[in-house]
Amino acid sequence: MNRLSKLIVSAAIAGLMSSAALAADTIKIAFVDPLSGPFAATGAQGLAQYKFAADELVNKQGGVLDGQMFEIVPFDNKISAKESLIQLQVAIDQGIRFIVQGNSSGVANAITDAVKKHNKRNPDKQVLFLNYSAVDPALTNEKCNFWHFRFDANADIKMDALTDIMAQDPDIKKVYLIGQDYSFGKAVASAAVKMLGEKRPDIEIVGNELHPIGKVKDFTPYARKIVASDADAMITGNWGSDMVGLGKAVIEAGYKNPIYTYYAATDGITKTFGEDGKGSLRLVGEGQLNPPVSDRAIAYTKAYKEKNPDLDIGQPRIANVMEMLARAINDAGSATDMVAVANALEGMEHDSIWGTKVKMRAEDHQAIQDVHILAHTDDGVTFDFDNSGYGLVAENTVKMASADIPTTCKMDRP
Amino acid sequence: MSVVSENASEATQSPLIVWSQILPWIMASVLLAALPFVFGSGSALTIMNQMAITIIFALAYNMLLGQGGMLSFGHAVYMGLGGFFCVHLMNMVEYDNLWLPLPFLPLFGGLFGLMFATIIGLFSTRRAGTVFAMISLGVGELIAASSIIVVAFFGGEEGVSGDRTMGPTALGIDFASQKEVYYLTAFWLVLSALAMFLFSRTPMGRIANAVRDNEERAEFLGYSQRYVRLISFCASGFFCGIAGGLFAINFEILTQENLDLTSSGIILLITFLGGVGFFIGPIIGAIVFTMLQTVLSLYTEIWQLYLGVLFLMTVMFFPAGLTGLLAMHSLPYRLGKFSLLLVPYAKMALPALVLVLSSASLLELLFHARHASVGENEMTLFGITFDSHALTPWIVLVVLLVGSFMIVKRQAPSLYDAWQSANHMEPRS
Amino acid sequence: MSLIIVNLLDGLVTGLLLFMLCSGLTLIFSMMGVLNFAHASFYMLGAYFAYQISTYLGFWVGLLVAPFVVGLAGALVERYGLRRVHKYGHVPELIFTFGLALLIEELVQFIWGKSQMAYEQPPALDFTAFAIAGNAFPAYKMFMIFIAMGIFLLLLYILTRTRIGMIIQAALSYPHTVQNLGHNVPLIFMGVFGVGTALAGLAGVIAGPALGTFPGMAFQLGSIVFVTIVIGGLGSLWGALFASLLIGWLQTFAASYNIRFADIFEFFGFTPPVDMANSALRDLWTLTVPQIGPILPYLLMVAVLVIRPQGLFGRRET
Repeated sequence: MNRLSKLIVSAAIAGLMSSAALAADTIKIAFVDPLSGPFAATGAQGLAQYKFAADELVNKQGGVLDGQMFEIVPFDNKISAKESLIQLQVAIDQGIRFIVQGNSSGVANAITDAVKKHNKRNPDKQVLFLNYSAVDPALTNEKCNFWHFRFDANADIKMDALTDIMAQDPDIKKVYLIGQDYSFGKAVASAAVKMLGEKRPDIEIVGNELHPIGKVKDFTPYARKIVASDADAMITGNWGSDMVGLGKAVIEAGYKNPIYTYYAATDGITKTFGEDGKGSLRLVGEGQLNPPVSDRAIAYTKAYKEKNPDLDIGQPRIANVMEMLARAINDAGSATDMVAVANALEGMEHDSIWGTKVKMRAEDHQAIQDVHILAHTDDGVTFDFDNSGYGLVAENTVKMASADIPTTCKMDRP
Repeated sequence: MSVVSENASEATQSPLIVWSQILPWIMASVLLAALPFVFGSGSALTIMNQMAITIIFALAYNMLLGQGGMLSFGHAVYMGLGGFFCVHLMNMVEYDNLWLPLPFLPLFGGLFGLMFATIIGLFSTRRAGTVFAMISLGVGELIAASSIIVVAFFGGEEGVSGDRTMGPTALGIDFASQKEVYYLTAFWLVLSALAMFLFSRTPMGRIANAVRDNEERAEFLGYSQRYVRLISFCASGFFCGIAGGLFAINFEILTQENLDLTSSGIILLITFLGGVGFFIGPIIGAIVFTMLQTVLSLYTEIWQLYLGVLFLMTVMFFPAGLTGLLAMHSLPYRLGKFSLLLVPYAKMALPALVLVLSSASLLELLFHARHASVGENEMTLFGITFDSHALTPWIVLVVLLVGSFMIVKRQAPSLYDAWQSANHMEPRS
Repeated sequence: MSLIIVNLLDGLVTGLLLFMLCSGLTLIFSMMGVLNFAHASFYMLGAYFAYQISTYLGFWVGLLVAPFVVGLAGALVERYGLRRVHKYGHVPELIFTFGLALLIEELVQFIWGKSQMAYEQPPALDFTAFAIAGNAFPAYKMFMIFIAMGIFLLLLYILTRTRIGMIIQAALSYPHTVQNLGHNVPLIFMGVFGVGTALAGLAGVIAGPALGTFPGMAFQLGSIVFVTIVIGGLGSLWGALFASLLIGWLQTFAASYNIRFADIFEFFGFTPPVDMANSALRDLWTLTVPQIGPILPYLLMVAVLVIRPQGLFGRRET
């Protein structure tokens, strides 16, 4: 009995020591995204990319400051605003000062609002919000705040790049817009109408409609309308099963022209489209996997695929988030003074592993970078998605897209 | 259901105020006041606030299900609408100089919930049973769907957010800290729980029980079943609205998920898990469920799997819910034979615990082996780190599982015997 | 005009698919009084089982085998789960199916993961049957129509022309009398539950390639099946067929025509608000019919229940 209790005490002390030692050496980053429920696939993939990027790009290079390592701590927000706020609170209590989140602009809105209030009410425990995927333009415009940084190109920037490319194609005369009935779907549609109107007034918008999000079981009626409209191109911001359903129905109904999308790749979507999507599916986004831009990018992607054979690099910008955060912490000389870290991030120019320059614009904390039009194909694919042989190949590139687009952001600085 | 009828017989003899009935309320209030001194961190307070809100919501739901026998599939609507109304009030305080101290906000949420429940109740409570259930489902879907369409009121999928600290302050309390919000929530929790408890003891509450059990008979006694259902429905809507108002204060945002069918389904599960036939049932259900949802999900990705198993187990083996499980012990306790159970329980506890933990560990192991990144074979369970791709942990866990199962099976008859004799009136010599 | 014909056909496919789910559910519901919330989960299981089988043995084996496996699973659930809960009353039964739906969704994710499955229609049916004014009508959809029609005729025959059908019909209304006559009512319950879930599974098998196979497919289908059987009237096969087709066409036509609410309002003599951007009613004025398509069935159900609580074809009140 005595020996046992000694053992327990020594084990407990060792445990305490080791966790204390760990705490001194690691900088924790809270990953707040869905890990259960209908959007868990995207969340799980993001988490794997963060863990890999933190190890590969930061920890293996010796960490930051005097050798502190990055540690990604996952929090399952079930894609619910309420749960996100609870998990945010739990993360802050664990002493975590960096929050990354991306899935759902609704959740991002809730978090940026909560972070703003928290930092105002608790100046000694301020946190940063690094948004890697939520693309609602409002987040870096009227709802911008000093603690929020966006690493993805927002919906307007993507549309700007997309319409630049579309405007060069004289064959496009009729365009059909369709999207999910919520803020993002509406933002895509109104940006498309506005920008196409400016760049190619001769293009006719033959359809502009919204469908209920996640509720349409069969997209055939919509597909019929698109075919009947004789559109030369269609644009949709749909994601998840709404993207698969719409895309399959449209192709099945006999539509052959380009389908410009935001999110029609990976998570099983690429595999589901397969041969059917070749020639028509296009995706606008940052990060170019095919053709690979450099040996470094090849080595990075290969190492990732070896570690996660069933997952893809669906959000290349995650590598930028990790590298830029590490640089900002080094520049600021502190991982606890959030104002200093944020100031270091502001205006930072970074050479991404994906070959583009990334500039974190100081006025609105929006990353400006190259945006590509990527084609769904099996030709010239070095790194496929879903292990299907099909992947995304860069067709066109808009350099530093929307670098000159104005922002309505009026940032309050501490 | 037996407890309800027991209360009925008590009520006919005893006056309204009895010490044994007041004491639990005082104890609960003291406990609520003391909790922040033990769990003072921001997240603990947030989780406790969430619990308190869920408790009010579940109690209000049970006014329908437990007391009135009405099954609603769309009850999140009334809480959500009350909450949305309160966020708009909060924004009016901030931008339009409306004078409204924050502590009174939930009352307005309640009134809005009441108003809406009255409108819907006028046609949905005409019939009970499936017709009522399906109408509640339809109305729930309609409101949830329109929450995305009517952006002016619901704010689309981003919801509506506000700032609770902008109202008039007194004594320097501006509700910026979670602790102040906690005490406000706790105050409303005690107030609403007490009000709902007293409602269940009024003649109105009793007649609701009567209509639940036999509507024809109640009708012959001269009570309009439809009117009785409507009153229960409205009262329930009122307290749901209060819960919504507290939600608005605590999270400062309301979104479409506050209205949707999932939230409505969850509150049904919570109420049932705790026990429909007891006043305290929904309280226990809300506490257990919030812990599972918020805390368990920190440790495992497959928490919903456990949740599903828990519900199936509860409904198959303890249809009276967790409270029912506790209440089963009141007879042995009153017979003075509780001690008979202690030894068999103690014998059962360890193997049963091992059985549960080893089956959960096997699931975790399987999950890790299938889904972890290549090369990351190490996993940690209960502080022990091991290789999920090696054979040893599998053998150890299977042995533990089978072994504990055998022991549990062997112990079961003696536990059953002990249970029988503990519930037996005549002492066995 | 040609578009109307295409829409009619598309709506028919949607409606008949819905009918395959509802036919089993309406029998289960009226016989056992159970609102089986897990019915759509069996539909999902059908798709996943068939996908798994098809990766080894091809689509056609999956089509034949998967519904039986689902039906067997359903029968086992009735025998060892539902029957046990039955004696506690309807609410525990309902919670049971609720928990079951949660569990099945989790199990599917546990086994198959969270992504879309590449469950494809068979190559033999991967061609365009015919085209009306440029609108292709895939052969696979014709196949879906034939299967669903076949199921309906078979069910109708069994229920009205065979001895077992007579017993089922009798057990629907007078379970105790049927039991007293010496029939094994629990076995009938188990059989009906098994067949009902097998039909749901079959619907999943043929819908999986067309509508996508993913863990959310049961949730997406959601409560629309209850809505359908309630509108049609509980226990009525004809009612289920009528309501399924009605909802199929309602949703198809609602999605097909971009009628603006503003036009409807103006038709009734309302004038649009001058300051649209700040009007409280701005969302109503900019609404179109496709946006509200999926909620029309719920609106219809509430209306039906308020006016005629037993449903369109139902004989008894629920």
